[in-house]
Amino acid sequence: MTKQTWRNVPRTAFLTVFALFSIFPLYFMVVSSSNTSQEVLGSKLLPGAHLIENFNELVIAQGLGAAMWNSTVNAVGTTVLALLVCSIAGYGFEVFHSRNKDRLMVILLLAMMIPFAATMIPLFQLFAEFGLTSTNIAVILPAISVPFVILLFRQSARSFPHEIVEAARIDGLREVEIFLRIFIPTMRATYAAAAVVIFMTAWNNFLWPKVILINEAYQTMPMLVSNLTAGYVTDYGVLMLAVLLTSLPTMVLFLILQRSFAEGITGAIK
Amino acid sequence: MTMPTAPVSTTVAPRSAPPPSGGTSPSAGRFSSLGGRRSLIGWFFLIPAAALIFIMNFWPMFQALLLSLQVGRGANLSFAEPLWFNYERMLSDQTFWMTLGTTMLYLVIQVPIMLVLALILANILNNPRLRFRAMWRTAIFLPCAVSLVSYAMVFRTMFATDGLVNDVLLGISVIDSPVNWLGQTTTAQFVIILGLLWRWTGYNMVFYLAGLQNIDRSSIEAAKVDGANAAKTLWYVTLPQLKPMILLTAIMSTNGTLQLFDESYNLTAGGPANSSMSISHYLYEISFVGNPNFGYAAAISYVILVIVAVLAAIQIKVGDKRD
Repeated sequence: MTKQTWRNVPRTAFLTVFALFSIFPLYFMVVSSSNTSQEVLGSKLLPGAHLIENFNELVIAQGLGAAMWNSTVNAVGTTVLALLVCSIAGYGFEVFHSRNKDRLMVILLLAMMIPFAATMIPLFQLFAEFGLTSTNIAVILPAISVPFVILLFRQSARSFPHEIVEAARIDGLREVEIFLRIFIPTMRATYAAAAVVIFMTAWNNFLWPKVILINEAYQTMPMLVSNLTAGYVTDYGVLMLAVLLTSLPTMVLFLILQRSFAEGITGAIK
Repeated sequence: MTMPTAPVSTTVAPRSAPPPSGGTSPSAGRFSSLGGRRSLIGWFFLIPAAALIFIMNFWPMFQALLLSLQVGRGANLSFAEPLWFNYERMLSDQTFWMTLGTTMLYLVIQVPIMLVLALILANILNNPRLRFRAMWRTAIFLPCAVSLVSYAMVFRTMFATDGLVNDVLLGISVIDSPVNWLGQTTTAQFVIILGLLWRWTGYNMVFYLAGLQNIDRSSIEAAKVDGANAAKTLWYVTLPQLKPMILLTAIMSTNGTLQLFDESYNLTAGGPANSSMSISHYLYEISFVGNPNFGYAAAISYVILVIVAVLAAIQIKVGDKRD
């Protein structure tokens, strides 16, 4: 072997160990979803024959359909609205740049430092006052305007050529049209990156839905998973299937959009 | 730096219709009504996002401050006597100190290990000669796509007393009897730290990878030509240029750890005897379990807020230091 190859051995070994560490729990989750509780605890590491059984148990006893629907509505609703609101703001901060807008941006970024714990109770009271507990609105509204995503769009808008904006203005396009017809198509990678971040956060959100969705009928997938261990006996096969079904949408989304995700993040932090 | 080429950015709003908080810029040389109109339109682009952040973040933060000065149960709240009653109560609340201590333990052990690991991984993956880069990156990032509740449950299952980890350790004779991982303080805390490392290392690695890609490769090549080895190149050339990214990840991780809830609630259920419970989990218990005490919970949430702010300020100060 050449000198270069030898030098690569520790690196590759390190990568292999870490990649196995990363993948193994996921593999365990996938195979366990088709095993019985005893088989899961018996450390069976091959797919079993109880997938359908576990699935039926989830559908009938735990309300899988409703939880999937609630999670989908909340996550898709949040993603669409957040992309709209945050990209409009990011675009506004950059294209209509002024000192006062910069000052506002700094203030908005401070919101990133506020722990959710410090706003949770007043938020709960606010939504309760308007009779909005156990509604999708209450889950979605606090997640629409994310300083980090606004920043992502503002930074990406920096690489957006201002000559195009000027040319479009001379052509008589209105400001909103420039945003809709030129900015959005050009910034596809940024939108993809932001969509991944927002959808994952919204889909996986646990504490706030748990607090605000008092009515069990509105439970989301993470809430369903969490409730599966609330009884005296936990069926680990069913639990692992629920865990897998909760993870699939975000994992698939990430795998599809990962190239754009990396591009979007890289483009934003130049 | 921003380099707006459009003249719009430096123009001033018309006096007849000043924008909400004034669109004026001292450096503006011209007063064109077209530019003013555009600046006004610009403000309209920001209003929805800004309004939502004020209503959903800043207003509740202010409310929490008022709430932290109040006592009472449910909706019957009144200002405390003395006003700082809730804060005083914390001093003698042993669970508060314990959960705060546990959270700090997670912070000081997990965050440095995770960031160093992420840096090493990003550095290896950034080498263009490395084969299967995309595959490695995907494998290491994939845990981030899993929800916190889900991975907490997977770890809980693997570390059950009759679970996989004990089976493997017994199988290779590392231990002679099953370890009650989640039933003992130290091991329960260890499992949470391990879980955090599993879930977040890849996430931070992506930020470092993005940062590395923006570093001029010629500076690294130059260091190599000058005879610096890999470690020296990393320490003297790469790391200084990554500083802003390291600062960002450090602040995000600190913030995230202080808000740790899902793992504490789902993986160990805070146990045994609250010894692996995070401060946010304790706060949830006070706010929404049993007999809720919003005032006291708000006071604790303000302590978390202050800790986050102080730690961020320290990190920014340290990270900004020019050599």
